[in-house]
Amino acid sequence: MELQLSMVDGSVCMKDSAKSEISSERTLYPYVTGTSIIGMKYKDGVILASDTAGSYGSTLRYKSVERIKQVGDHTLIGASGEISDFQEIMRYLDELILYDKMWDDGNSLGPKEVHNYLNRIMYNRRNKFNPLWNSLVLGGVKKGQKYLGTVNMIGTHYEDDHLATGFGNHLARPILRSEWREDLTFEEAVKLIEKCLLVLLYRDRSSINKFQIAKITDEGTTIFPPYALKTFWGFSHFQNPSKGAAGTW
Amino acid sequence: MALRGDWMYENNGGTCVAIAGIDYCVVAADTRLSVGYNILTRDHSKICSLADKVVLASSGFQGDIRALHKNLAARHLLYQHQHNKQMSCPAMGQLLSNTLYYKRFFPYYAFNVLGGLDNEGKGCVFTYDAVGSYERVGYSAQGSGSSLIMPVLDNQLKSPSPLLLPARDAVTPLSETEAVDLVKDVFASATERDIYTGDKLEIVVINASGIKREYLELRKD
Repeated sequence: MELQLSMVDGSVCMKDSAKSEISSERTLYPYVTGTSIIGMKYKDGVILASDTAGSYGSTLRYKSVERIKQVGDHTLIGASGEISDFQEIMRYLDELILYDKMWDDGNSLGPKEVHNYLNRIMYNRRNKFNPLWNSLVLGGVKKGQKYLGTVNMIGTHYEDDHLATGFGNHLARPILRSEWREDLTFEEAVKLIEKCLLVLLYRDRSSINKFQIAKITDEGTTIFPPYALKTFWGFSHFQNPSKGAAGTW
Repeated sequence: MALRGDWMYENNGGTCVAIAGIDYCVVAADTRLSVGYNILTRDHSKICSLADKVVLASSGFQGDIRALHKNLAARHLLYQHQHNKQMSCPAMGQLLSNTLYYKRFFPYYAFNVLGGLDNEGKGCVFTYDAVGSYERVGYSAQGSGSSLIMPVLDNQLKSPSPLLLPARDAVTPLSETEAVDLVKDVFASATERDIYTGDKLEIVVINASGIKREYLELRKD
């Protein structure tokens, strides 16, 4: 056992090999997590999609977690990462929108403004070594201008025509880079998103077959009820997988 | 996990270059944002116009870069309110150095090149490290492709030694178009061999008539 001086707040504590016990007041690691979010612009607005799983490490603990929520009139936010931190973020955002509404001045915060606000929150929490352990996707439309942006727990943020978090970056982005177009109709956009969601379902172990799609246009927001996709497991390799195996392997 | 080391930084890659001329300054950076072996987006600007005659390009950790640019822009606004004029490039150079050193023990992971025109209208380039050490030079490259680009600039721009007396100007005698062509060439070369550099090149030219922007497509692989 040795003493360790924390550079951050000057506290001294005992260090053991498993973990330090500097303070119980900061996020050390995520507990209940959501996996990927996919977002993309289409002709009339922006679509966000996610599954509804909340994993507790390798356990699929919660299967009806809404990871996409509405923020004000013009924005949708989807979160992956620690679910409780997402709930905290929703409290920040709801307060932001409330104060904005209380001005009652005919203006309302658009997705760009909400994204900027979130960027500053995430970056400042990172500076205090107490991050909100999330990767967020923000999509919205205001006065015909479509917006899609993302921010992660250390404050890295950017915008693009299509975005994803977590595994979605590896599995969904390549599909979107190949097949996304500026003028997708809603039906075409949903088909493209479902293609991505299916790949994630097959290949991401933390995803489940229960998805939620949300769209936002100048007319308004719709968060659709959860539904399942049709999967195919009839590949010959999956039938009798241990056929031909020698010994115990 | 949050207690140790380097989770709070990431290197989003990219390269920045600036070249000072007799009466112009070229500042250029690629627009690729990456993390590890992933490309996050192909169209993200690393360049920030701080003042009429001052342009900053930074590569490194995008969260810190954005915060740094916002910080400097805010300080410039305050300066304008207090002094009723724009900040000069050398003044911004000192401000940037002080801002970086202020966070000496939790640095901005940003590698900067500041370009612009000095008070006499001559091209002016300052190059920095992450904690604020800086120097006025005739040209500079920072970021993931800097080690590929700097030797080429050294070869082409033949800057006189800073040890010479009397002191010789470090700015290049090349014309504006020649300097821009050189920048395009070095970026095309860096894109070939540096995985973090590519997609698109943003070139900003500052001269007496103002700030001009130009783009060049780079390889996307």
